[in-house]
Amino acid sequence: MNLRRDVFQAIADPTRRAILLLLSTQSMTAGAIASNFDTARPTVSKHLQILTECELLNQEQNGREMYYHLNPNKLKEIADFIEPFQKMWDDRFNKLEDIMKAYQSKK
Amino acid sequence: MERKTKINAEEGKQELLITREFDLPLELLFKAYEEAEIVAQWMGTKVVKLENKKHGSYQFETSDPHGNVVFRSNGTIHEFIPNQKITRTFEMENTPFPIQLEYLEFEKLTDTTSKLTMHVIYKSVDVRNQILQLPFAQGINMAHDRLQNVAANLK
Repeated sequence: MNLRRDVFQAIADPTRRAILLLLSTQSMTAGAIASNFDTARPTVSKHLQILTECELLNQEQNGREMYYHLNPNKLKEIADFIEPFQKMWDDRFNKLEDIMKAYQSKK
Repeated sequence: MERKTKINAEEGKQELLITREFDLPLELLFKAYEEAEIVAQWMGTKVVKLENKKHGSYQFETSDPHGNVVFRSNGTIHEFIPNQKITRTFEMENTPFPIQLEYLEFEKLTDTTSKLTMHVIYKSVDVRNQILQLPFAQGINMAHDRLQNVAANLK
């Protein structure tokens, strides 16, 4: 099993999450991304490679430059994983709220 | 639609914060935890036992439509202070999950609104992540925070 291809492994790292956020509003080159971090550029390249391997980022050649941009479908996959746990509690608490509102008006 | 319930799971920690603001006065929110009959309604489970006092215990039982018990849980109550807090353990019977510790805090926000904070502590980081079904569930929440930080730095 290649752990690097696991999206959750990929977002476990704070630098990688920051990269995803930088790219949330625009496509950027590796150089432009690296300039946002104190980390050495090869380290940033490694992070980009991991994010690309697990398909969170797509690469696009534009002239001589390689641009990175987010893959929204893959990001949605992560959001969907959080969803069930949060939804379970939200549904439960919504029910509590409804029941107690009814209880209150009965009195 | 944004959910009113927030889940905060920090990376590398064996704990979880579940927070929720209710459109209910504090006393009514607490009552939903105090009275067995009401607990049964919103938890969708049978309340076999609920002794809300120090050294008390509780047991819940969930059945399928045919009446077969499919899930049982229980715990011990360590603190029970009306309209303030409940400290208890939680065990899911017949599962490999270790017992967890839960600190529930109830707060008044206004005369008609209140807040519940559930601080849940698991045996290990791994157990917490298994229960969340997502090893790094905080990803998106933290992502939003980081987006704000990044955006602030870019200004």
